[in-house]
Amino acid sequence: MNVLIPAPLRSYTGQRQVEANGTSLAAVLADLDRQYPGIRFRMIDEQDRMRPHVRFFVNGAQTFDLSRPLRSTDEVLIVQALSGG
Amino acid sequence: MAPTTKKSAKKSATKSAARTPRVATHAQAKPRSKQGSRVVVLIATRKGAWLYHGDATRKNWRSDGPHFLGHIVNHLVLDPRDGRTLLAAAKTGHLGPTVFRSTDLGRSWKEAERPPAFARAPGGEAGRAVDHTFWLTPGHASEPNAWYAGTSPQGLFRSDDGGVTWEPFSGINEDPQYRKWMGTVQDGTPDGPKLHSIIVDPRDPAHLYFAMSGGGVHESVDRGQTWTPIGAGLEVVDGFDSSNLAFHDPHCVRLCPSNPDRLYQQNHCGIYRIDRPSNEWVRVGRSMPKRVGDIGFPMVVHPRHADTAWVFPMDGSTVWPRTSPGGMPAAYVTRNGGKTWQRAAAGLPEGDAWWTVKRQAMAADGNDPVGLYFGTTSGELWSSRDEGRQWTRIAEHLPEIYAVEAGQLS
Repeated sequence: MNVLIPAPLRSYTGQRQVEANGTSLAAVLADLDRQYPGIRFRMIDEQDRMRPHVRFFVNGAQTFDLSRPLRSTDEVLIVQALSGG
Repeated sequence: MAPTTKKSAKKSATKSAARTPRVATHAQAKPRSKQGSRVVVLIATRKGAWLYHGDATRKNWRSDGPHFLGHIVNHLVLDPRDGRTLLAAAKTGHLGPTVFRSTDLGRSWKEAERPPAFARAPGGEAGRAVDHTFWLTPGHASEPNAWYAGTSPQGLFRSDDGGVTWEPFSGINEDPQYRKWMGTVQDGTPDGPKLHSIIVDPRDPAHLYFAMSGGGVHESVDRGQTWTPIGAGLEVVDGFDSSNLAFHDPHCVRLCPSNPDRLYQQNHCGIYRIDRPSNEWVRVGRSMPKRVGDIGFPMVVHPRHADTAWVFPMDGSTVWPRTSPGGMPAAYVTRNGGKTWQRAAAGLPEGDAWWTVKRQAMAADGNDPVGLYFGTTSGELWSSRDEGRQWTRIAEHLPEIYAVEAGQLS
């Protein structure tokens, strides 16, 4: 499935849009990490929690559930929050 | 004006009290002179990192940067064992923390394959997550690929492959007693509690120290298998229980390379010195001028003279402005182990300069005379070629400076 990568993480992927496989959001992130080592830890902490300011959308709907089931036709959008300073 | 404080009455009976320190021979104790070595000043800032390369005179500096523009870089350290490997503790604002590594003095960087991260908590427990790596210390000279890292929240980690992978070290991260002393994130500094001041005794890789902002100073003589608090003599803010290490707030601890049995500490409640095998700190900051006080963040020690150390006092009165007392920034130096202190501010602004210098943002090189360097949160980098007698600004308009280190190049 398509996964859209936010700008701060494109140092890992080299591009805005990549392909990843998995039947859940957790599995897709694991596949991303397999392809681009280290990328998952920048979004998910060591207790498997989504880091603050990182948001996940599946087909346009935000989800906070890593176990959310996914189909191969789904599109995952990873977004960095706009807060900063 | 220093806050009112209460002295810690607890004298800890420690393994180290019984330990007979290895008496280093003169040849072992005297550090190798670095007269004339080129110096590179390593600047970690809120928005990236810079390297400032000095010429042989240390009068002219060439800027190399920014590296990691936009990333929060908490610490940038040159490996003294090879003079070219750099580790940078970094976090991009909204992303998780990591460590970057360069083996060519910053020309290229690779990210750690496994940055410092706490162990997965058992099912049902919340577990902690490393917010950022705060402090990096190269391992002993006999362990060329070893590094230590201190994190926020407080955690201690070690790498045995030059910073590529990191593991929790020594068990304190999950030890119930240490977790109590660490407190919670509410007990820490404005951007989280820190484990810092990781020290490796140059005589013995098994002899280690670390400190925590909230949690005190700790020592191991067995390579981290066991740890003992070293808190006797330290004061805490009035009203707190000094027997509870959670209320101890060391800001920066340094070991004297020329006499590894002596350490200096800038604490939330004063400047201290300890001479091992004693386990009791002595508050040597009481001889600082009263109008200045002995509150501050950084502590820098002379590489060859254990009686000489420098501090950069800040205003610790009322709401703790943490700025230069009276708007008059100054370093202070002792050349007699803290018996007396002299102001070292020639060249610095004489007023209306409300500076903050963070605990890692002041350093010394190993040349003769010693060069000193400090960076402010307002983005200025200053240096002295003569041990603080005269200061010159090297750079301005940098982002908020978090850490300054001085590396010696071959």
